[in-house]
Amino acid sequence: MSGTHAHTVAFVRDTMLPEQAPPASEVGPVGWVRHNLFSGWLNSALTLVSLGVIYYVLSGVLPWVFQSVWNADSLSECREIMRESWGDTHGHACWGVIKERWNQLLFGFYPSGAIEGTSDLRWRPILALVLLMGALSPILFSDRVSSKMLILTAAYPFIMPFLMWGGTIWGPLTAAIGFVIGFFIIKKGALALGELVSMIIGVVAAVVWWFLLAPYVADGLSAILPIGLEPVQSRQFGGFMLAILLGVVAIGVSLPIGVVLALGRQSDLIVVKYLCVGFIEFIRGVPLITLLFVASLLLNVFLPPNTNFDIILRVMIMMTLFSAAYMAEVIRGGLAALPRGQYEGADSLGLNYWQAQRLIIMPQALKISIPGIVSTFIGIFKDTTLVSIIGLFDVIGLASAIRADTAWNGVYWELFAFIAALFFVVCFSMSRYSMYLERKLQTGHR
Amino acid sequence: MSTLTDPPKEQFRLSMLLYDTRYRSATIQVVAMFGFMLLAAWLINNAIINLNTLGKPVAFGFLGETAGYDINQRLLDYSNQDSHMRAAFLGLLNTLVIAVLGCIAATIIGVVVGVLRLSSNWLVARIMTVYVEMFRNVPVLLWIVLIFAIVTESTPHPKVYKGLDTGAVVVTNRGTYLPEPLFSRSLGDIHLFGNSSLRFDVSIDLIAILIVLGLSIFAAMKIRQRADSIQEATGDRPRTWHTRAAVLILPIAALLLALGFHLGYAELKGFNFKGGTHLRNSLLALWLALSLYTAAFIAEIVRAGILAISKGQTEAAAALGLRPNKTMNLVVLPQALRVIIPPLISNYLNLTKNSSLAIAVGYMDITGTLGGITMNQTGRELECVLMLMLVYLAISLSISAVMNWYNEAVKLKER
Repeated sequence: MSGTHAHTVAFVRDTMLPEQAPPASEVGPVGWVRHNLFSGWLNSALTLVSLGVIYYVLSGVLPWVFQSVWNADSLSECREIMRESWGDTHGHACWGVIKERWNQLLFGFYPSGAIEGTSDLRWRPILALVLLMGALSPILFSDRVSSKMLILTAAYPFIMPFLMWGGTIWGPLTAAIGFVIGFFIIKKGALALGELVSMIIGVVAAVVWWFLLAPYVADGLSAILPIGLEPVQSRQFGGFMLAILLGVVAIGVSLPIGVVLALGRQSDLIVVKYLCVGFIEFIRGVPLITLLFVASLLLNVFLPPNTNFDIILRVMIMMTLFSAAYMAEVIRGGLAALPRGQYEGADSLGLNYWQAQRLIIMPQALKISIPGIVSTFIGIFKDTTLVSIIGLFDVIGLASAIRADTAWNGVYWELFAFIAALFFVVCFSMSRYSMYLERKLQTGHR
Repeated sequence: MSTLTDPPKEQFRLSMLLYDTRYRSATIQVVAMFGFMLLAAWLINNAIINLNTLGKPVAFGFLGETAGYDINQRLLDYSNQDSHMRAAFLGLLNTLVIAVLGCIAATIIGVVVGVLRLSSNWLVARIMTVYVEMFRNVPVLLWIVLIFAIVTESTPHPKVYKGLDTGAVVVTNRGTYLPEPLFSRSLGDIHLFGNSSLRFDVSIDLIAILIVLGLSIFAAMKIRQRADSIQEATGDRPRTWHTRAAVLILPIAALLLALGFHLGYAELKGFNFKGGTHLRNSLLALWLALSLYTAAFIAEIVRAGILAISKGQTEAAAALGLRPNKTMNLVVLPQALRVIIPPLISNYLNLTKNSSLAIAVGYMDITGTLGGITMNQTGRELECVLMLMLVYLAISLSISAVMNWYNEAVKLKER
């Protein structure tokens, strides 16, 4: 039926209409605004409210930031200048406090040459930071930086304490030699004695070197060849430098511990498993403050009588344990997300446990857990500010000290804005980096 | 002719403990257990020796001694003659208060921000992104200290209000005063636990109000169920909203009238305000900072939860003819909640743990009382920190128990 009258239909167009440009109101900036800002009455209302909010905030913030006083030695002087320049308003920042105290906010009481008879040592933390960038670059940007830089990465754990604390060069050197000894024995002995025995001997040898021989060797060498830097006490550390120091150590050390804890938690060995579970759940169940109390008040109680080690070292230990527990949970998530076939594949290739972990399981598990790992990093870095509560002078501790000074009594926005900006820059770049890494490692099949 | 025999029984050799995978796991476990016990014994032994040298062996007797300090923000009666135990108990209540207040505020802000971040309005979405990034990338302690500085230094001194009409809410640099509910014909209190340091006064007025409210809600639900069954039987639904509203409002209004309910306003007396509900600046700063900070994380969770529901679900619901609000309530939300709730609860847990930062602004929570003044006064660091940890551990474990129970309840049931 349908085909019967087909030839009689007169209204079939056999040429296409020429394409026309869309109406002007649908493309370009106008179209974008119509679609994204004014697509309905609710949307229009929201847009107007947001514009109002933006105007309100900017009209307060912009004059505050830019119509500001940089040259003043006290808040009252600042207020005086503001009154002369812009009349009797309060909406102007007094950046004089930052100009005068940035040194302290960044470096704490690290010798800056301000006191007679001391020299400016601030180049040391700055150099340590630059070297840190260098040491991290082959890990962070492995496709762009030559892998020869990994030598710097390996050496950095020994260079950094030397630069920061100063003292003799032989201490860090002998500590490094311990690793060389252990590594050498394990490598060479594996053929002669078998892997396990050489591993045990290597570890024992390194431990013997560190605890029994190294101190004497270091003392002897520094007596013969006194090479070193001017020592700096831990209590002189502070400011943003302290946050970076604690953050880097806690992050760097907690990742391997976290991996071990995560593997322990997934393990079939009941005792190992429950030790790990107990540790992780305990640390995650208590606030960091209580662990810092342990560091500042109790850690010495649990160590042999008359041991007294540095408060910053104690804080580092507790922060590392804290972040390791969180790291372990993140990595466990990654391990749990791996399909069983990966484990079975490793078994079928005849790999042993550690080979399978190193070559097949961990690379994938870590890749899956990158977002979690980075947010743990960010969390730890932010949490380093908590040390101000146990009396260390990190940025926030210093801010309180500056606010208690009569010259700057009552200043808060400027100080806190500066500190917030410092943290924001570091944390935000970390989160952006993790997005970049996720994209880079994306293998496409998921 | 050869006979088949069993393979020779392998002799157990010592080296098999290391090289035979059947025995190696046992070896590792025994070594791990021994190592752990040695470590623990070493630590405890050190602690005993050190504490004996310091002359303060572990004892919890100090909890019964007079505390001697004041707790300014408190829920129950307390004087500085009460024991350290009582102070710790009030501190614990303060921790729970800030946790509950913070969780409620953070959830509300977080859900609103999370939904707005998905808004089709470009400008709103960007503003919310700025908010989230701003709070997520700056330490919570900084927010707490900053907000505390703002509320103490930019608000007026009480004496500014001299001769002024103050109104219901008074904001001063000593805190904010809200109207307090008062009962002129109050029924009094029930005193629990006698005179011990855990004594707890429960207002009979409050109990009465809760009972009446509960009964009203129950009755309203019954009326609705009846309407449902009538609708099923006859197809007509009786109009019930006015009876339900009456059942909900009238009894409680009558009760409040009978109790003589009125609001007490704060009044300037001498140098400071008296009466009203006093929210100290430390509480306000902590509450605001913790909720704004946690809300930024909750916003991301809510956004991820909504994005996790595939568009096909909404389209399928539309194909079935469901209206948009029914689609939201019956299809999208139940699935999104399964994704949202577990991380949401762990954020509540984080908020509760972060409330220990109260010590930075002087809010007397359990860290401020037991871990602060009590510890400093008595010098019992070990006992105080241990108790502090156990309290937080108990809170955390109960929250995660609730979480596990919930997860189990809403888990996708597959076979």
